[in-house]
Amino acid sequence: MNLKPATIEKIDKLVPRYPTMRSAALPLCHLVQEDQGYLSNEAMEWIAERLELTPINIKEIVTFYPMLRTEPTGKYHVRVCRTLPCALAGAYQTCQRLEEELNVKVGHTSEDGLVTLEYVECHADCGRAPVVMIGEEEYTDIDPDRAAEMATKMKTGELSDGLPTA
Amino acid sequence: MSENGTMDLITINIDGSDVQVPKGINVIEAVKMVGKGKEVPHYCYHPKLSIAGNCRMCLVEMGMPMRDRATGEPILDENGVQKIGWIPKPTIGCATNASPGMHIKTKSSMVQESRNGVTEFLLINHPLDCPICDQAGECRLQEFSAEHGRGYSRFIEEKNVKPKRTRLGPRVTLDDERCILCSRCIRFSKEIADDDVLGFVDRGTYSTLTCYPGKELENNYSLNTVDICPVGALTSTDFRFKMRVWFLKRTNSICTESSVGTNTEIWSREGKIYRITPRRNDAVNDTWMTDSGRALYKAVESEDRLTHYTVGGVYKSSDEVARVAAECLKAGDVAIVGSAHSSVEEQFYYKTIAESSGAKVFLVSHCGEGDGLLQSEDRTPNLRGALVTGLIDQLPEAELSSLARDISSGAVKTILVVNEDITALGVAPELLSKVKLIYVGSHTNDTAKVADVVIPSLMVFEKDGTFINQSFRLQKFKMAIPSSSGLEPDYRVLDKIAALLSGGKPSATTLDYVWQRMASELDTLDSDLSWRGITDEGIALDPGALVELPFAETKNLKYDPVAFREAQLAPVGA
Amino acid sequence: MACRLLNFQKKNLTTMTHEETRLIMKYADEPGYTNDIDCYIKHGGYEDLKKAVTMKPEDICAEVMESGVRGRGGAGFPAGMKWKFLDRKSGKPIYLVCNADESEPGTFKDRQIIHKDPHQLIEGMMISAFAIQAKLAFIYIRGEFFQGYRILEKAIEEAREKNFLGDNILGSDYSCDIIVHRGAGAYICGEETGLIESLEGNRANPRIKPPYFPAALGLYQCPTIVNNVETLCDVKHIVAMGGKEFAGIGTQGNTGTRTWCVSGHVMKPGYYEFACSDITLGELIYDVCGGLKPGRKLKAVIPGGSSAKVLRADERFTGKLKDGTEFDWGIEDIPMDFDSLAAVGSMSGSGGVIIMDDSTDIVEALANINYFYAHESCGQCTPCREGVPWMRKITQRMVDGNAREEDAQLLNDIADQIAGRTICAFGEAAAWPVQSFIAKFKDEFVEKARDQAARRKEGIEPAKETTLI
Repeated sequence: MNLKPATIEKIDKLVPRYPTMRSAALPLCHLVQEDQGYLSNEAMEWIAERLELTPINIKEIVTFYPMLRTEPTGKYHVRVCRTLPCALAGAYQTCQRLEEELNVKVGHTSEDGLVTLEYVECHADCGRAPVVMIGEEEYTDIDPDRAAEMATKMKTGELSDGLPTA
Repeated sequence: MSENGTMDLITINIDGSDVQVPKGINVIEAVKMVGKGKEVPHYCYHPKLSIAGNCRMCLVEMGMPMRDRATGEPILDENGVQKIGWIPKPTIGCATNASPGMHIKTKSSMVQESRNGVTEFLLINHPLDCPICDQAGECRLQEFSAEHGRGYSRFIEEKNVKPKRTRLGPRVTLDDERCILCSRCIRFSKEIADDDVLGFVDRGTYSTLTCYPGKELENNYSLNTVDICPVGALTSTDFRFKMRVWFLKRTNSICTESSVGTNTEIWSREGKIYRITPRRNDAVNDTWMTDSGRALYKAVESEDRLTHYTVGGVYKSSDEVARVAAECLKAGDVAIVGSAHSSVEEQFYYKTIAESSGAKVFLVSHCGEGDGLLQSEDRTPNLRGALVTGLIDQLPEAELSSLARDISSGAVKTILVVNEDITALGVAPELLSKVKLIYVGSHTNDTAKVADVVIPSLMVFEKDGTFINQSFRLQKFKMAIPSSSGLEPDYRVLDKIAALLSGGKPSATTLDYVWQRMASELDTLDSDLSWRGITDEGIALDPGALVELPFAETKNLKYDPVAFREAQLAPVGA
Repeated sequence: MACRLLNFQKKNLTTMTHEETRLIMKYADEPGYTNDIDCYIKHGGYEDLKKAVTMKPEDICAEVMESGVRGRGGAGFPAGMKWKFLDRKSGKPIYLVCNADESEPGTFKDRQIIHKDPHQLIEGMMISAFAIQAKLAFIYIRGEFFQGYRILEKAIEEAREKNFLGDNILGSDYSCDIIVHRGAGAYICGEETGLIESLEGNRANPRIKPPYFPAALGLYQCPTIVNNVETLCDVKHIVAMGGKEFAGIGTQGNTGTRTWCVSGHVMKPGYYEFACSDITLGELIYDVCGGLKPGRKLKAVIPGGSSAKVLRADERFTGKLKDGTEFDWGIEDIPMDFDSLAAVGSMSGSGGVIIMDDSTDIVEALANINYFYAHESCGQCTPCREGVPWMRKITQRMVDGNAREEDAQLLNDIADQIAGRTICAFGEAAAWPVQSFIAKFKDEFVEKARDQAARRKEGIEPAKETTLI
């Protein structure tokens, strides 16, 4: 495992804060995923060892929580909320437009690795639906036209990937 | 349990009848105890595992006597009987513990509907492959579906697709489509086998039982997951498709792998054993057993079985071989190498023979590492038997160099060897040419090969008898299959030799008779013990002074040598 | 309505007929108000914590009990009662967990508090932690709140520097820290025992109750209180004004304010804080939220997050309230509070009000909801794991053009087989939408089936592209 020193430092600070080591499992999954982009088998085994657990303990949670990934995403990780309030506001049309503009089917990563497009469930910002997230950045009131604009900016690289700069 | 060690009984009401049950027992166990064969159907609950409560099959209605919240006074109905406050929703029996006055309904329409609902749900994604499923006949889902199913399916959607026939470990095959996600196997691996390798991956309807990639369920208890799997998801790779279980006869037996004395069932048909499974005994092995113990029956049909009574390599009858053996023993300067694999009854005869022939008795200890569960350090089933019968009076050593010296010096001229290859235990093969050698054993070895007299013995599956386990528990095993070679039970042949030695006449005997003799002749046994009096659960013997011997066993699933010794030494009534 | 207490921010809405009673969201949207600690302190922040640490913990609990405040997370259980159930005699450490896993579709109030006024939450939490004498406190925040997580982390550091949390808080002998713990996209973590499992590093499978009531056997098998973000903020105000005065806001049994999160087909979706019972559903929709889109008529309202039972626009609601008052309401007359929404057969839940106008295909709406619950079922217990995805498959088939007339009944039967028989309340959450949609819009399900049968017979493709699924 080639974790950044900053990640290791965060992990070493975090683990002892919890009354049990196992409690740090989910936070460690987040930190390692942020570092590596996804959670490989090697990463899961590393986390298990760090917390004195067995690898299946980690795999059980990694596969339970949809935000944890076992495969890398495209440069832009686009998450479109599809739950009822967003759907009532046109989220399915928004997503359809993104599929067309970005030439990628929802649930997939584009062949050039630029975009991973996914449906997700409610992001708790239903008053400004439809909600789209890119990386960790939230965009609200995204109708199909605004979606198209965003798609264009993704293709030109103007749009931020929404990931914190380390 | 109350302080004086007796069970605290309370009264609860099940389906309108007041019944007495131990306080705190759960509803499933309470109904089992008083239900006259009735049971609360369940999948995930297992008496020896933590409560998961996930299958929802054991839903019952529960109510408690009503009391006024303010005053605490009972609320009575018009007949002056305390009203029952029924909980509007059904509750799971496995996690509902009996408390005084509790009322339970196990047959109401709400309960029936709940069970029918769960049954329908479990079947919608379940493959309809009972005809080719190895679990058929012992599948809880199949049984309960017959009782609680609607008989037709309202499900017209696509079923979930999951991995089929995958290798979970060297001995266990997994079919995820049949899995009902009860988590028994996961809990067993975590809580009992201490090998946390199984888990559910993915979520919701996609939840799938698996092992971590690159790991396997390969611990020596893996087949217990097959036993406790309520459906055909986990099957024994060895037993798969060998035989439908309803054709098999079940015989109570005892595992000979170690001094734990795991209670087992032998599943056989027409003289052939198909599998061994654990038999519940809460004092010995709960409901578990080792994988290695389950494989022991394979030696029944092995190539190196001894099949004929022989003298000088010539086939003889059992009477003839007994006569020759007795003659050899009468000549004096005898040593007997006994065995902790022999039954108590056999050991009693060896002791008798040793006495009448003036033989010096040796025994060999067979120890290995204990696993802390059901494989103890002492890898023989009946060392305590040799002590209780007086065959030996101290713990044996691991080799026979002193016997070798006796042979060299000419002090021993005849040896009766039981089950041991003494050439591997410090007696050089060339020494054996100096003695008359009688070999008693089930399989051949380098000692048997050079023996003058060979008396084949039966394996534990082929005879009746008893063993005494690590905690001095006298346990009975029964004949599951007859000897394929037409051999007589060991104790009959030994009885003949013993009779000849004491000047009597050989006669056909029975275990009832052997036990009469043992009970009257051995001070270590209660005089009222009898063969028929030994129950399936076994009998705890009083070890007396033997408890002070430095036995090899350390703490394991049901035996703690320190606590055991203390309990034996504690004054009665304390 | 007159402003009852100076402590409230009264916000005039454009119509001028309804004023918000801003207690929790008092400063949230004030120009220039930021989420840093200096701004919070400038607005009187942490004064109530200073007061609290001089009080006896049991006196704070008594105030909370007297306030009658009910949980804002969904179940509406009285918080004071929850605290009272706490096992204080076990000798084990006590934990406080803030449920910030805001995930009930249609709800977005906790997000506002976390983003705009995080110190209010921290103050409420520290007061609560002191009151129950918690050894350690957690904020379980949903993973999708990346920014909210960072805001809370920063706010906690600020508060620690000023000794509002950490060792010997404000010179007292009470010490307590807060750990912010991120979820990772699982609705079930909103269920308090699922949350606890998740916090312990496991799959968020809810626990069986009995025996695992958090108040006795919660986090690490220790006594644990799990409260919603908004509820913990309420505690701050209860300490500020006293339980009695807090109980004076709203009506009996429905005290304090609620932040209604309105989404769907209204002109001005958003969050609006009102005293309980201060406003009717009709006023909320038409006066506060600017009504429906031009030319549209109201069709249905889900008043308390997507698991609440749907209300049909043309229903008449009659019955008796808890206090015996008889009512006869149209949908617009329903007072927005716990008991009134319960009396009409639904619930105020988490305060997520989802409005659907007459453009909504009701079967599609249910298909959308079923998709959500099937996706979010943890899969632990049979009825939910098997039943909810079955309902999803049926409604998906119905919108795909293969609806059958008997599907409505089958859906209802399945829902009946789930509700009340699962480990946790998710069973109800998934069953109630189905039961209520079928009960109130059966005609539309049957009509769709007939229409599709006719089309199939003629070999015509399904009528139109779906919009909600």
